[in-house]
Amino acid sequence: MIPTWAQIGYLVSAVCFIVALKALSSPRSARTGNLIGAAGAVLAVIITFAAYKPDHLASILIALAIGTVGGVIGSRRVQMTQMPQLVALFNGVGGGAAALVALVELGDVPSDATVAAIATAFTVLVGAISFSGSVVTFAKLQELMTTRPVTFPGLPVLFVASLLGGIALAAWLVSDPRVWVGVLLCLIGLAIGVMLVLPVGGADVPIVISLLNAFTGLTVAAGGYVLGNTLLLVAGTLVGAAGTLLTKLMADAMGRSVFNILFGAVRGGSTLGAGTASDRPVISAGPEDVAILLGYASKVIIVPGYGLAVAQAQHTLRDLVEELQSRGVKVDYAIHPVAGRMPGHMNVLLAEAQVPYEQLREMDDINGDFKTTDVVLVVGANDVVNPAARNTPSAPIYGMPILNADEAQRVIFLKRSMRPGFAGIENELLYDPRTTLLFGDARDSLTKLLTALKTV
Amino acid sequence: MTESIALLTIFVLAAFVGVEVISKVSSTLHTPLMSGANAIHGVILVGAIIVTGAADSAIVVIVGLLAVVLATVNMVGGFVVTDRMLEMFKGPGARKKELHK
Repeated sequence: MIPTWAQIGYLVSAVCFIVALKALSSPRSARTGNLIGAAGAVLAVIITFAAYKPDHLASILIALAIGTVGGVIGSRRVQMTQMPQLVALFNGVGGGAAALVALVELGDVPSDATVAAIATAFTVLVGAISFSGSVVTFAKLQELMTTRPVTFPGLPVLFVASLLGGIALAAWLVSDPRVWVGVLLCLIGLAIGVMLVLPVGGADVPIVISLLNAFTGLTVAAGGYVLGNTLLLVAGTLVGAAGTLLTKLMADAMGRSVFNILFGAVRGGSTLGAGTASDRPVISAGPEDVAILLGYASKVIIVPGYGLAVAQAQHTLRDLVEELQSRGVKVDYAIHPVAGRMPGHMNVLLAEAQVPYEQLREMDDINGDFKTTDVVLVVGANDVVNPAARNTPSAPIYGMPILNADEAQRVIFLKRSMRPGFAGIENELLYDPRTTLLFGDARDSLTKLLTALKTV
Repeated sequence: MTESIALLTIFVLAAFVGVEVISKVSSTLHTPLMSGANAIHGVILVGAIIVTGAADSAIVVIVGLLAVVLATVNMVGGFVVTDRMLEMFKGPGARKKELHK
């Protein structure tokens, strides 16, 4: 039995986690909130050592040190542009850890404790799904594999069969908790995770990360039930519930349903898009022409996208905007909720370049302004201004709210090539007679624009 | 009240708290919030330490230690990367730090 002081300590940790989540919901308190969460976690670990007096102490401490070094190096070294996949990876290892804990616990589950056995089976299965699913999302975001939906004939049948097999194995495990059945369940969970994420298109992957995050939360909660540990139960449930809501909020921001994201490609409901560069005529121009368009405008809106981040051009963009403002041009940044790779990702990237927070305007706030805007400068973005989301019901992004860049007088795209965006679909706006394209690496183009702007 | 009912009660109440605390978040903070929540479920580390500490066979110890490593990566990495993201939202202080790099 755990001593009372340890129970109370766990309660303090749990409160820390609740306060942390609350504080993370507001920009002012977010950083403090994260630190409070970390403090709660450290407290929980210390209490665990003191209360349970675990054997194999030296090995555990070494394992802790290895994990700490790995986690710190990974999160310190990563480029801000690659952060979504890192979060996916961290989530995956958490799910994996939960599955392993439950596997180990299998040996100790009494045969009459049905609920505990169900919770164990759940943790093994869902933890494994979360692990392998996260690995696939990592591979997609890191572009180790294609970002387009992957399906093959028979995938739905195989998926449903695996799911049924998983449930059957879980039921077996509940009636007869044997370790090898647990291992089998774990393997089937891994397969289900892969099949769950493969058909998801690149643009939807962030929502899947959030969903898997909620899954891992629930597995941790179930693990807490198995171990009779209230802290794991509370923390896991908090994350599970908050993660589920967050997944829904993100999906809403993209105008998609979670079901459609997961199973859209499998059902054949979404077309996979052209995917190749088209040779239709476009209007392209040099930096000088574009600089004149910008320099003599009275109102400009910047639409930044992932291409900006990849080129590390945030700082150059800020310089360009400051130059325009010094000429009396009114400039705003229009931030699509999913600009970058995840909701809020672009805000992080621009904040890194010290763009003042007030200049970043959210979609609903700025969408009415495009009609009265002279020039929209789209830097490394594509899908978020693609009118197909409004007009083409067959497009995979149909229904996603977009920035109304097409309502402005002129649109300028800074693009590397005519390759379609992350969602893999053509953008009609590129062929619009009011659109001008400036080809090249975003940083390069912005530097040239800045130089040209100083002379016009 | 039996223990399982107590645990069930905690589960249901925690679920409501989880939904309530983040119901009014702007999309700007979706990414750090997801990352922070991700770090919190790293407390499975507590579970990993408990099972490893109670293990009596070598194979169980090895599996348990693997769980400890994975859970620590999740927890420590999660909090550090969230802090890095949120650092960007700061004002002049962060700017100064950037210049010193």
